[in-house]
Amino acid sequence: MLIGVSLVVFFMVRAIPGDPAQLLLGQQATQEQVAQVRENMGLDKPVVVQYGLFLIDAARGDLGDSIVTGRPVTTELFARFPATLELTLFAMLVAVFVGVPVGVISAVKPYSRLDKVTSVLALTGISMPIFWLAMILIVVFFVTLGILPFPGRLSIGYAVPSITGLVLVDSLLTLNFAAFWDGFLHLIMPAIALGTFPMAVITRMTRSSMLEVMGEDYVRTARAKGLVPWRVVFKHALRNAMLPTVTVIGLQTGILMGGAIITETIFSWPGVGQFAYDSISRRDYAGIQGVVLYGASLFVLVNLFVDLLYAVLDPRVRY
Amino acid sequence: MNRRQFLRLSGAGFAGAALLGAAGCGGGGTISGGQGGGGGGNVNTFVFGRGADSVTLDPINTTDGESLRVTRQIFDGLLDFAPESTDVIPALAAEIPKPEDGGRLYTFTLREGVTFHDGAPFNAEAVVFNFDRWRLEDNEFHTGGGGQSENFAYYVGQFGGFDGDSIIEAVEAVDEYTVRFSLKQPQGPFLKNVAMSPFGIASPKAIQNNVEGFWQNPVGSGPFTFVSWNRGSTVELEANDEWWGADVPASEGGGGPEVSKVTIRAIPDNTARVAALVGGELSAADGLTPDDVKPVEQAGLKVEYRPPLTIGYLAMNNEKAPFDNPDVRRAIYQAIDMDAIVEAFFGNTGEIATTYMPPTVPFFNDQIERFPFDPDAARQLLADAGEENLQTELWYMPIPRPYMPDGKGIAQAMQQDLKEVGVTAKLVTREWGTYLQETGEGAHPMALLGWTGDNGDPDNFLNVLLGSASATPTDALNIAYYKNPEVDKLLQQGQSTIVESEREQAYMEAQELLVEDTPWVPIAYAKPPLGFQKNVQGYQASPTGGEAFNTVTLSGGA
Repeated sequence: MLIGVSLVVFFMVRAIPGDPAQLLLGQQATQEQVAQVRENMGLDKPVVVQYGLFLIDAARGDLGDSIVTGRPVTTELFARFPATLELTLFAMLVAVFVGVPVGVISAVKPYSRLDKVTSVLALTGISMPIFWLAMILIVVFFVTLGILPFPGRLSIGYAVPSITGLVLVDSLLTLNFAAFWDGFLHLIMPAIALGTFPMAVITRMTRSSMLEVMGEDYVRTARAKGLVPWRVVFKHALRNAMLPTVTVIGLQTGILMGGAIITETIFSWPGVGQFAYDSISRRDYAGIQGVVLYGASLFVLVNLFVDLLYAVLDPRVRY
Repeated sequence: MNRRQFLRLSGAGFAGAALLGAAGCGGGGTISGGQGGGGGGNVNTFVFGRGADSVTLDPINTTDGESLRVTRQIFDGLLDFAPESTDVIPALAAEIPKPEDGGRLYTFTLREGVTFHDGAPFNAEAVVFNFDRWRLEDNEFHTGGGGQSENFAYYVGQFGGFDGDSIIEAVEAVDEYTVRFSLKQPQGPFLKNVAMSPFGIASPKAIQNNVEGFWQNPVGSGPFTFVSWNRGSTVELEANDEWWGADVPASEGGGGPEVSKVTIRAIPDNTARVAALVGGELSAADGLTPDDVKPVEQAGLKVEYRPPLTIGYLAMNNEKAPFDNPDVRRAIYQAIDMDAIVEAFFGNTGEIATTYMPPTVPFFNDQIERFPFDPDAARQLLADAGEENLQTELWYMPIPRPYMPDGKGIAQAMQQDLKEVGVTAKLVTREWGTYLQETGEGAHPMALLGWTGDNGDPDNFLNVLLGSASATPTDALNIAYYKNPEVDKLLQQGQSTIVESEREQAYMEAQELLVEDTPWVPIAYAKPPLGFQKNVQGYQASPTGGEAFNTVTLSGGA
């Protein structure tokens, strides 16, 4: 599958008009300089030869050097992955801890006023453009109220040694609680901006599968046994309703971890998404290929993880 | 927990660990929000926000403006540009040398007692070392710059090429503080070229130790020393208390460094960068658009403008009918109400252009006035040329550029004006990289474009943009494909003589011929705005766009 992805990406990237050498050198470049850079980048060779060389290197774990930063793409991805991971985990935390309870509540009382309100909110969440939401958050919480910091991962004056690359973990490991708090505050706005879409998806998914489950015989049985309502909802219904929700959570996590381009760019978050943005805008072939291959591999891994999780949630699933 | 449950859990755990495990590879280095005293905003750190990160920190191996913005804080050249202008002033040279032997010889006397940040002494040997590194292809240090190195592009651009192609034939150390440059032929803008920031003098010791790593560990002699570079976000610098310029007056490029630390932060999104400035996270922000000026001022912040060293223009493809006819070009010129366009799209951030280079450039012909806006005259010219119902295309760039804040808006306004005189112009755009490529191949009949000067010499505008040598089949810089042997001769004269009066005459005359031929409709000289906190003083906005931060002071709390 990864080879298929690489093939598609490799040729599509080269089909985009725009000469990377020209973009690299800018407007002031002479023809000779452009030719020289094209040669250095190996762009003067036939595309098929370029692909062959790419595959050979990729098999050795070498995705080439990024044009944007001049460092190997793999180094670049590893360096940026923790920032994206931290943001993703936080965004998903927000999405799950809001999305699931809200979905449950609206399923318990379907078509009530509360349900209608949350449905509208969920729809808004799905259709809201992230860049708009992000700017509103920045204007309200940073510029006007001044209660949340921006941009980046830490404020000026804070630094933590990169052990895991996760600010919150590293600051705790080095007992730098001020940096922990600062890093936490920096996470809030991007996490909300990024988490809103998955939150809305999770709410809707939880609601619909809960509705289905609530009508099942075993729920009726549980009720008939005289169990307290919250026990029926959480112990009997929710656990069964979680399967599709878990799938959605997994898929969304995989997508976010691939790099949230818009959110990371707006918040100057030095993650994979920002790298993807830089790569695309400067026609960094190696960078784009690297990001896509990384995203595809991640997706495979996350799906595997979700499949394995099924077995934990549903004893009938066996491998 | 029974065995089956254990296996399931450990299976899930394994896949999770594989995901998390990769995070561990991010180890090494630090994650920081920029330096400063432990915790909180440090009042003596100057934080400069910009649109993109540096590409390399080896100044000679890049043409990228954001890379040079940083290196010019770390490196000094032999010469420099005076603050807020493009006049040449001495830097590491003690004075500006006089041309000898008709401009084939320059003898630089160097400042004494200067040391590089690594303690290596600055002397004639160091100058020779740097020029030899740039100039000679077989020099063992003719390399470096990192993966995105542009291979000494500015040396080639300003001095003609390497080895035998180089206009500089020899650089010799006469004694410890005297260096002699021999030129193959006189070069009019020679001193201006030397003053450009790519030609910052690097520590020979640092280059010898690790030439391949120099681009991420730069060592110069400038007002600030390099501390660290967080790729994609910040570059951090520290004041060099030993800087030679501390006692030199600010008007001559000296003074300071006043702030103890500098953080240069990349915030690619324009709105986000302005928000960061307004919210107090930045001391200064570059890349404001004309639309940002008012909100920034309303928020109680300062806006300053760089003197214009840019020109935005509408190029007409002189090789494509009917624009091969100067009367048609003149008609287009007179059909467009440029005053209204500049007022609407530039506001305070631009002046209407009268000729083919900005007024900060020497030998600017201030006698020239624009052809008046006159739709009737335009209609008449078109009728005489038999082009009453001209159907054509007007290309515009898809993104804001320093010389053109809103290509699309300007193109639409022009389209309306042209319609009034019977010209139907279809608006065309391409993604930016493609736009440069296709206009560089002459695919357009009419196209918006512009230029930011490198060194404030007329050669860098007129010859680059309108000389026939730049009208190449691909990657053309002369996208009007304007070729006039007479103009070429004048430009050649201006380039190769060092006699000021001859240069003046050549460029004055060239501008007059250009106006006559009208290869472009000049639009405006943009004055790029910068936003500042109220407490920032002493920022010397420069036409070249690359300011030294040595004179910047921060008063009181941020």
